[in-house]
Amino acid sequence: MDYATSFGLIIPELVLTGSGLVLLMIAAFGGEKASRLVSILAAVALGAAGSLTIPALANGAGGDASMAFYGQISADAFSAFAKLLVYAAAIGCLMIAPGFFGQRRAMKPEYPVLVLFATLGMSIMVSATDLMTLYIGLELNSLAAYVLASFLRNDSRSAEAGLKYFVLGALASGILLYGMSLTYGFTGTTSFAGIRAAQEAGLSTGALFGLIFVLAGLAFKISAVPFHMWTPDVYQGAPTPVTTFFATAPKVAAVALTARVALDAFGSQADAWRQIVIFAALASIIVGALGAIGQNNLKRLLAYSSINNVGFILIGLAAATVEGASAMLFYLTTYVVMSLGSFVAVLMLRNGEGENLETFEDIAGLSSTRPGVALCLLALMFSLAGIPPLLGFWAKVEVFNAAIQAGLVPLAVIGIAASVIGAFYYIKFVKVMYFEEPVGRATKGGSAAHWAILIICTLLISPLGFLLTRGLQAMTDTAAAGLFPGV
Amino acid sequence: MEGFPILSLMLLVPLVGAVLCMFVNASTARWVALIATLIDLVLGISLWLNFDIGGAQWQFTERANLFAGFEYALGIDGIALMLIMLSVFLMPICILASWTSVTKRVGEYMAAFLVMELLMIGVFAAQDILLFYIFFEAGLIPMYLIIGIWGGDDRIYASFKFFLYTLLGSVVMLIAMLWMIQEAGTSSIPVLLQYDFPPEAQTWLWLAFFASFAVKMPMWPVHTWLPAAHVQAPTAGSVILAGVLLKLGGYGFIRFSLPMFPEASAQFVWLVFGLSMIAVVVTSLIALVQHDMKKLIAYSSVAHMAIVTAGLFAFNSQGIEGAMVMMLSHGLVSGALFLCVGVIYDRLHTREIARYGGLATNMPRYALFFLLFTMASIGLPGTSGFVAEFISLAGIYQMSSTTTFVLTTGIILGAGYMLYLYRRVVFGEQKNADAAAMPDMNAREWLMLAPVAAAVLWMGVYPESFLAPMRSDIAAIEARIARATPAGDAQLEAGAPRDHAANYMAGEHGSGHGAEGEHGAAEEGGSEGAEH
Repeated sequence: MDYATSFGLIIPELVLTGSGLVLLMIAAFGGEKASRLVSILAAVALGAAGSLTIPALANGAGGDASMAFYGQISADAFSAFAKLLVYAAAIGCLMIAPGFFGQRRAMKPEYPVLVLFATLGMSIMVSATDLMTLYIGLELNSLAAYVLASFLRNDSRSAEAGLKYFVLGALASGILLYGMSLTYGFTGTTSFAGIRAAQEAGLSTGALFGLIFVLAGLAFKISAVPFHMWTPDVYQGAPTPVTTFFATAPKVAAVALTARVALDAFGSQADAWRQIVIFAALASIIVGALGAIGQNNLKRLLAYSSINNVGFILIGLAAATVEGASAMLFYLTTYVVMSLGSFVAVLMLRNGEGENLETFEDIAGLSSTRPGVALCLLALMFSLAGIPPLLGFWAKVEVFNAAIQAGLVPLAVIGIAASVIGAFYYIKFVKVMYFEEPVGRATKGGSAAHWAILIICTLLISPLGFLLTRGLQAMTDTAAAGLFPGV
Repeated sequence: MEGFPILSLMLLVPLVGAVLCMFVNASTARWVALIATLIDLVLGISLWLNFDIGGAQWQFTERANLFAGFEYALGIDGIALMLIMLSVFLMPICILASWTSVTKRVGEYMAAFLVMELLMIGVFAAQDILLFYIFFEAGLIPMYLIIGIWGGDDRIYASFKFFLYTLLGSVVMLIAMLWMIQEAGTSSIPVLLQYDFPPEAQTWLWLAFFASFAVKMPMWPVHTWLPAAHVQAPTAGSVILAGVLLKLGGYGFIRFSLPMFPEASAQFVWLVFGLSMIAVVVTSLIALVQHDMKKLIAYSSVAHMAIVTAGLFAFNSQGIEGAMVMMLSHGLVSGALFLCVGVIYDRLHTREIARYGGLATNMPRYALFFLLFTMASIGLPGTSGFVAEFISLAGIYQMSSTTTFVLTTGIILGAGYMLYLYRRVVFGEQKNADAAAMPDMNAREWLMLAPVAAAVLWMGVYPESFLAPMRSDIAAIEARIARATPAGDAQLEAGAPRDHAANYMAGEHGSGHGAEGEHGAAEEGGSEGAEH
């Protein structure tokens, strides 16, 4: 394997790196006037990187042929699928930002640049097949994310969110590093294939601790219970476009990374981590559902909703099968669409003075004042609750089906019963919008880009989205198979 | 049989109507909804006319491999045909019932009803178990909105209770369905109907399905969402709820629980019979003390549905046929009773029984219709209720005479609460001046109630029209469950012939002459009587 091949395999990342650096220069010299241009160019770069990723997914790349730099990074179908999802989410977050920041005169060209670098980090995360690459990707993403969280410098909540995210993120990274060092110490290698081979025979106590710490660090990143505490605060405090970004792209990357670590590096010891994942899954579903009930702030509520959804994704991971990984990716895709849609809808709610509204009182009777937004939110909420005929239902069916195929029937039963608790606050959302008297606060808001994203997301999760399930299923199956080269 | 996709068309018409309703003004929306439901009614009638009685089990089948994991497969048998007919028959009436009483957000209201119609037809026509589940569960969304937006004062509590109760019941069934698909390797209902699941697994599967259908039915003690939902829902919402949505539970039992899990069904007969007996007596007694008309009818629905469940689990064709007729009859009768309540509610805006009285004086035509439906609910011969109760109780009697005895007391109680309701509302003196001043039914209300009255009498006088399409399907179910049929409690056997009658007394000839007058009747048929 020569370097040319390796560079050929990481072309999407190279495109992102190059354009990120160029855009950084444009931003530095162009000043605030350049923010529109930089946003557009960043979206174009992401689109280009995405189109360069498609062949790997289409060919179902996997195994040694997709490994670059002597097993540091893998451009297989799994990473290709995750990358496409991340890029799409990042483009969405770039599109919605100008409308929000422009209102506050806070749109700066650094925003698209930071998003681009965060996305590059995620791109590396999802393709990492070595603990070192993993960590570099993770930190690149995190550093950009900390800055993004406090992007509204004059807003104290935004600054608090950035600080909180940084402190807890650093703690998580520390835990992760500790786990990685233990794993390295007991297996003698940092490559996933090597760890897997070293643990074929059995798991020593030290290596088990390494595994647990690695999973705990990753649980922070995907905000799975019991490492979820930062999520509501950060989601509430960060500017809404940034929250949208946090809830979508980095979540995809962290989940994909967790899946690869669990199924590839620790794949030979699935029984060792399965109970941890099952606990985290059920705890996330239940805490995410119960925590959301008392919330009055919509962004906080959606933060709990994302904790809840991570629980369902982890059910797919607990299955530890190709079907489970495929179901995870399917769920992730619908989750990204639903989150993007619901955050954009929240973003579009402004009062007469142009201030963003984000509490339940503000959206009472929204269906009378903003029927279009209310209808889209209705569909998105029922989809998040997993009520047919919306696509969120099919995503849940996929993960539960994977759990049942893996023989985890009790997990499926408890998980689906707990999903009813979650349904409570989703339908409360609908109740507030549809059953209460209108307060008429949310009167305007929403640029053409917002409407476009909201309508696309709603159409995707509507029953029409079921027509796409065959294609999506085929893609997730290919991607998941890339994770199990032996199968 | 791949012919004209009439079932898809029946799904498409309300869908197009619903989308149209969202964009037009109130009066246009009413007409759009009425026309869409009437088109579906016409399509339904042509479905019935073209249904080949005694032909293939599944007719009008359509199949398209559109989705991952399940198929878009439609097709109906006689049972589904009858329930689809019930839905398309009640829908235009519901639209008429809301013609003037719904004034806010008419377009959305009509759209919700049309979506409801689509989903109900879909449930009965689905031939894929996951497609069935999607239609079955999706009904929650429009019903939640109908109760929550257009309901009464306490509508939010009622809508939440309705939604969460029925959702919790259903989700476990989904897991069971996924397990079945994995075990049998297909999600096609006709194939699953022939698949023999291991008896140990059947127990769990049956319980999972039971959790869903018992809530939908609703069976005692998980019926408490029903009165709340009925009372708060607008009139047309109640009609759909009582008329069709409650039938989903019974349809589920007849389509899934019985033929797919015969052994488990036999194993749980005691549970179903026990709950049915309690339901009939308890809810009838509760209905007796209601002050709210809608609540009273809601509790009477629970009592009637208990006869349906008992009839279904009688394991013989009479019981199942009776249960089916009961579902159809109850759909018409309780729907009509809710319409009757709606007629006077629209005038006085109260459901309080005590606020009415003596309506026979100022609303004689209304009183006549109300009487007919009251009698049909009680089960007077000549109405559909009689046929339904008679056949189902005859079926249950073969399985358990005790259950039949208890269920029959329910009918007596039913006569009690219905006649008591009728006396308080329609007879007696006119205590309330405003109630006494109400005008009689107008043309629109005639148009709503007259067709239902005709259908009730038709089913009462000539039930064969309704039984004929279902007969072979019910026979197929009976044949399917025959291997598990539990023994009934009445073990009739022919005894050895005796030489003498039981009261034969040897050597006492002539001594009993003094008491002959008293014994006369008994002695006449006996052998001793012949000697005199």
